Formats: sequence, C-alpha cells, structure tokens
Amino acid sequence: MAIVNFTQNLKRHVNCPETVSEGTTVAEVLGKVFEQEPFLEGYIVDEQGALRKHMVIFIDGIALKDRAKLSDPIPREDSEIFVMQALSGG
Amino acid sequence: MKTSGLRIATRKGLFFSSKKNNWKLGEPSFLGDNCSAVLRHPVSNAIYVALDHGHFGVKLHRSRNDGESFSETATPAYPPHDDDAEPWVDMMGRTIPDSLQLIWCLESGHADQGERIWAGTIPGGLFRSDDGGDSWQLIESLWDDPQRRKWFGGGMDFPGIHSILVHPERPEDITIAVSCGGIWHSDDDGNSWSNIGEGMEAPYTPPDVANDPGIQDVHRLTRCRSYPDQMWLQHHAGIYRSEDAGSHWQQVENVKPSSFGFAVAVHPQNPDTAWFVPEIKDEHRIPADGRVVVNRTDDGGKSFSSFSNGLPGPMAYDLVFRHAFEIDQRGEILAMGSTTGSLWVSEDGGENWQTISNHLPPIYALRFE
Repeated sequence: MAIVNFTQNLKRHVNCPETVSEGTTVAEVLGKVFEQEPFLEGYIVDEQGALRKHMVIFIDGIALKDRAKLSDPIPREDSEIFVMQALSGG
Repeated sequence: MKTSGLRIATRKGLFFSSKKNNWKLGEPSFLGDNCSAVLRHPVSNAIYVALDHGHFGVKLHRSRNDGESFSETATPAYPPHDDDAEPWVDMMGRTIPDSLQLIWCLESGHADQGERIWAGTIPGGLFRSDDGGDSWQLIESLWDDPQRRKWFGGGMDFPGIHSILVHPERPEDITIAVSCGGIWHSDDDGNSWSNIGEGMEAPYTPPDVANDPGIQDVHRLTRCRSYPDQMWLQHHAGIYRSEDAGSHWQQVENVKPSSFGFAVAVHPQNPDTAWFVPEIKDEHRIPADGRVVVNRTDDGGKSFSSFSNGLPGPMAYDLVFRHAFEIDQRGEILAMGSTTGSLWVSEDGGENWQTISNHLPPIYALRFE
C-alpha cells in the first residue's frame, strides 16, 4: 500500500488527487490508480508502460530505478510515492 | 461550403480567426499548450486538436460544441513492444521508438464514412478511427511492411506521416506521404500498400539510392479536388508535379527565388494553379533576401509569379511549415502562418496579403472552416 501524490502541473490536464492505493510494486500501485482515472495513465507512462522520458517517480524519497516496467518494490505499508516532472525537456 | 473562419494550431494554443469580423482573433483554447494538428470534421462538425504536452505525452481532444469546450478522447497507440522482434533502426543507425511522439496530421475520411478520422504520426504510424476518436486502429499492413523500415527522420528525429489524401470519389483510395519515406498508395481502404513515385530524386543521399521512391523526403503532398489525378508536392530537393495520381513525377525547374520550402497548395478546381512559399535551402531555412514571398503558377509550373504585397521584408525571417499554408474549399482564400507567429490571409489568389497578427506563437497548422 502507498500514498500517491501527483505534480500540481498535471492537475491542470487531468484529475489526479492524492490517493491511497494497494500493491507491492510501483506498477501495481499506479495500476490501481489508473483503474479509477483511465486518462491519467497516458500522462505518466507511454503505451509500452514505460515512464515518460521527462517524468520522475520517487518512492519514499528514492528515485524509481526501473523506468521501463516500474517494478520497484513498495518498501512499507505507509510508503509515499511522488509522481513529478523531471527538470528536463519541456 | 462557404468559409467562416480559420482554426490556428500553435505552439501555445488553438486560436480562431473569424472571417465575418475581418479575421479578428478570438479567445484561444488550450492556452500555453502545444497544438500540433487540428481538424474540423465535415460530417460531424466536431473539432479535433492534437496536443503535444512534452512531459505528459501526446493527447487528442474533441469539441462537439463549436469549440466552447473540449474533452479528451483516445490517443493512437503503437502495438505492444516485442522484446524478440528486430528493433527498427533507420539508415542513420538510430533506433526508432515504438511509442507515439507526435500526431503530425489529422484528416477526415470520405463523406460517406461517418466520423472516420485518419491520423499520421511520428514515428511513421498511420492510424484510423471509425468512431470519432473514441478508439484507434494502427494500419498494420503499412506498419508491418518491411519496406517501411527504410524510412528515416528528416527535420524531425524520426520519420513521420504528414500528408493523407482520401480520393474525393473513391473512399477506399488513400495516398500518404512520409518524411522521409516517399509516397504510399492503397486502393483497398488501407489493407495493402504500394510505394509509388517514380521520378523524384534525393541528391543529398548516396547516388545508388537517390532515386529510390521509398526514401524520398516529401515535405507536403496535395491534390486537386476536381481532378484528383493531378498532384503537386514540395520535396526537400524541389517542386514536383504528377498527372497520374502520384505514380510518376516531373520536377519543376528554374523557380525563383527558390524551389525549396515546406508548403504547397493547389487550386481545388484548377490543377494548373498552385502556390508555394520559397525558402533558402537547406541549412538556412529562411526567406531569400529576408523577404517573405508567395509563388504562384497558373500554367502547371511553366512559369511562376512572386507576390509580396502585404508580406514583410527585408529583415523578415518567417518560415512557413507544411501544414500552415491552406486554401479554402472554394479556392478563394489563402492563409499562411509562420514560425515567428505571423498570420496572413489573401482573398485574391495570393497577390495581396492582409496581416492578421505578427505576435502569435509559432504556427504549426491552419484549417479553414
């Protein structure tokens, strides 16, 4: 389980409130969120499920390692995931 | 259809210029967002706009209330990545991604086909929606064609489909153009494709491939609506005309100040009349002598007139991209938008131009409606 937060800049385009979601990996947690907000998925990952080039995800302050499949484990029951823009691109 | 105005897709929003208000600009939609393509669907009257959010990817939005509000639709998607499949590596040695980078053009299907939409994308995808954008199908017959792997990027990093021509009388007859990948034709509604276009030359490639129809850098392809076999194109290496629906091409020589450019428009009823926006090739990409001009031929390319009345220069460096030069359905009005945010309209065949704005964001695409 994890608490998931999204960058304010994303909220201009698509509904993405802070939410609590279940799962043992980042992919599983976000997959549950995307079930509730189907359009949100395409803003964060591409059609291959890879994290978009200029996005970054932190899990308890540690940057996501597996940008292709988002398989990084969720360390704790109260872990916090932050979905943010990288300071690149634009 | 009588023209009511002009829809303008820019780097920072979607604008509308109203003809009855002397082309005055209205309040923009998607202010701040990168709009890569726009379509007013002739059957449903819906407005479609393609967005490139950069960080957040490519999106498509639709309005069914004349642009008052938009809602997001489905987006074309490439097939699931196959780790065992051979990656698509272009002739430059670059690996082409299998994810959507840009919706480069949007076209409606034939009037008998409901709310069908075609989308040309980067990298090299042709997609079709038969439900107004609620779902999309990749045209796999083209995507799976081994010849498609010869395509490579031109000005863009990756190859893309920028021109989609649906035959005005035969809905199943579709011709597309690719930068860089030549011209492709289907006479069975996209189930099979042939690479056509004999006669084009790419002098910037090794001599043994310079005449290969499958690697030509067509910048923009267009056809005369009343005489659909009559086509014109702006190529990276010049201007070409075809009188057999794109099978064979003849280069138009000795065009002053230049035969380089991106945009082309043909009169909808008169195939001998076509317009071009000349630029200096090829690493410069600016107007010759800093003067923006529009070239028009009225005799099928034997001669050209250059018009500059109302256009800026010297010291003007506006570049007109391939989708930012349009003629209306009646052949009465031309519109032209530039990378430096200038927008002009001509109501006399391109001989005199009225400035609508010099201060818009970079203009990517125009559509009369």
